[in-house]
Amino acid sequence: MSAEHLHRRDFLKVSGGIAGILAAGRAPAFAQGTKLHVVRWVDFIPEADVELKRQAPEASKALGAEVVLEFINANDLQPRVTAAIQSGSGADVFFMMYNWPQLYQNALVDVSDVAEAVAKEQGGFYGVYKPSFQVGGKWMAMPHSIVGNAVAYRKSWLKEVGASEYPKTWDEARKVFTALKKKGRPYGQTLGHTFGDAPTFSYPMLWNFGGAETDQTGKKVVINSSGAVESVKFMQAFWKDCCDEGGLAWDDTNNNRAFHAGEISATLNGASIYIVAKRQKEKIKDERGEPMYLDIDHAGLLPAGSAGQFPLYFSNGHGIMKYSKNQKLAKDFLRWVHSKQNFEKWFQVCEGYSVAATTEWEKHAMWGKVDKPLQVFRTAARNTRIFGYAGPATAKATEVFSKYVIVDMYAKAVQGMKAEDAVKWAEGELKKIYEAA
Amino acid sequence: MSKPIAGGSNGAAGLEVALPHPRAVGPQIRGRILENERLLAFALLSPTVLLLGMFIAYPFVMGVWLSLSSTSVGNIGEFVGAKNFVKAWNDSIFRTAFQNTFVYTFWATIFKLSLGMWLALLLNRSFRGKRIVRASMLLPFIVPTVLSTFAWRWMFDPTFSVLNWLLYKSGFIVTKLPFLSDGTYGLWCAITVNTWRGMPFFAITLLAGLQTINPDLHEAASLDGANGWQRFWNVTWPLLKPVTLVVVVFSVIQTFSDFQLIYVLTGGGPANATHLLATYAYQIGVATGLLGEGAAISLFMLPVLFVVVWLQLRYLRRLEGA
Repeated sequence: MSAEHLHRRDFLKVSGGIAGILAAGRAPAFAQGTKLHVVRWVDFIPEADVELKRQAPEASKALGAEVVLEFINANDLQPRVTAAIQSGSGADVFFMMYNWPQLYQNALVDVSDVAEAVAKEQGGFYGVYKPSFQVGGKWMAMPHSIVGNAVAYRKSWLKEVGASEYPKTWDEARKVFTALKKKGRPYGQTLGHTFGDAPTFSYPMLWNFGGAETDQTGKKVVINSSGAVESVKFMQAFWKDCCDEGGLAWDDTNNNRAFHAGEISATLNGASIYIVAKRQKEKIKDERGEPMYLDIDHAGLLPAGSAGQFPLYFSNGHGIMKYSKNQKLAKDFLRWVHSKQNFEKWFQVCEGYSVAATTEWEKHAMWGKVDKPLQVFRTAARNTRIFGYAGPATAKATEVFSKYVIVDMYAKAVQGMKAEDAVKWAEGELKKIYEAA
Repeated sequence: MSKPIAGGSNGAAGLEVALPHPRAVGPQIRGRILENERLLAFALLSPTVLLLGMFIAYPFVMGVWLSLSSTSVGNIGEFVGAKNFVKAWNDSIFRTAFQNTFVYTFWATIFKLSLGMWLALLLNRSFRGKRIVRASMLLPFIVPTVLSTFAWRWMFDPTFSVLNWLLYKSGFIVTKLPFLSDGTYGLWCAITVNTWRGMPFFAITLLAGLQTINPDLHEAASLDGANGWQRFWNVTWPLLKPVTLVVVVFSVIQTFSDFQLIYVLTGGGPANATHLLATYAYQIGVATGLLGEGAAISLFMLPVLFVVVWLQLRYLRRLEGA
């Protein structure tokens, strides 16, 4: 179109478009060369990331934009999210764990339209998502999957000390693992600053003995209770009698390596220990030279304390960042990921390590094919609790998690601090967070 | 445009110049501007000032503002005065980190200085393969800190430590040493790694200093009957002192604000026992998202580093005056 022949209508079309772009401060979506940058954790099932990488070109083709997946260490996710929010630039979509959407709520896009459609189609989300991913009734991140952290243990070793099945209570567990530690086969548990196995052990340890961070209002700290002190005292004894004491410096990968090396008899972990042992059966063998996976089973819950059994699993999802110029594209990407045929491929690769966020997948035919030790993960996501119990899972509860206050309460105690003092220390830290104006 | 005219000196062609002519005003002002030293200085300095402003002054002022505000991730926050500093001071983990920072800096500097000096004195001698040894000595300094610290982390691994294995096989220990799973051990492991990494910087700088000392002085001292220690104390050390001070000051600044090494080696654990101010500030500010509190914690480093820099500048000025 030359300037000489520019008609008034053409001029209005062009200038209106430019004005629209300037007013919106962004280029039109799906412009040529548009990229959608998605940051996720490095999955403990490597094949799960391989499957997503395989799907990325398909998603790119379907959405008309390049989908770029980046996988980073889960412990680096929160710093990366903070940096992105503060600079107002970075990935369009971030992997969200636990109740992180509460902490980042002001920087996330409402994805209720996507979430509600998927929930309606696929049997509704598990109960843990509403308190952790919803803010004021709006879905601030899209629930994706739950990793059911269960105890992986060596069947034959437990049998050798008289346990034909995994102990039901912590007292029974202490007897079993005391005997095993004496044989050089301790229980492996991290109490380090690491996102997964440390909190998923420490919070249930508190809850199973009747301890809680706050009352139901979430405004009054109630951790300094007989239940919490009892749990810390138990942990001190269990640590000394039963555990590999190097666990204080472990991250989420150490226990996998120690288990596969035959250094520990049991550890709280997802299904990754079993699945990796099976997929690398030629390499990972037991002391008799047999594939180790044949000797592994899972206990879905940590043993019961005086108050019962309450798990904490990783409830994962994706958040779209407010600063993103590709919000509509990001929503379309989430719809694409959660379409039954696409999600199914990834879901099957996980073999139960990650289960879906919606309940319908419990009925999937895959469960009829997976090994017996993995069956425990089929319904594991039903009853998980989340941070902040007995109060709501607010941003303050996320802050407590991010500061590792509950984990450190146990870590301090097993290093010699008196149980009462460790609980008191935690109470002080929690008050600074929950009761601060 | 000036035009050639007849009648220049010795009949040469001349140029029409220096006459009040409206067209000549532009170049005149340009010339005056170009000859103005103040403007020239400003023009030459402005890129540097701009860079310093962008990369040093702005982050610093921003850091100070953040430390005085309740800013958290995604929330702009408001002015809260010294609240963040008071909160940090009353925080038991902050106090541990504060103490650790001093312990870490003090011992790492002492070890780096004494071992670096020893190494420099050895390398100052003549021996076969001197150049290869001098070059290889720099390796710990050249390898990226994150990579070398990862290697150390594997050596200190709670389960598969090669050091524990060696000590066990040699009969020195019967149970594993808790290298990274005990706070005290962990801090000393960090000091060891820092010493290993920083010692070459000391050694190479001191070696450069040693080579400027005239050998005649040592010869004269030997003729006067001075032994090795006396020659070092009365000849080498006084002449090496200015270099030593500069290298110590640089090292203190770097060690006091160290981040990478602790972040990779211990992550501040177990149970916050090995945090330094920099890693704790990162934990609170970036990982937890409490940017105001994180900035306040990191600003606690400022007075200490300010004193160190002030002492260094004072000493250098005194040297210039001497």
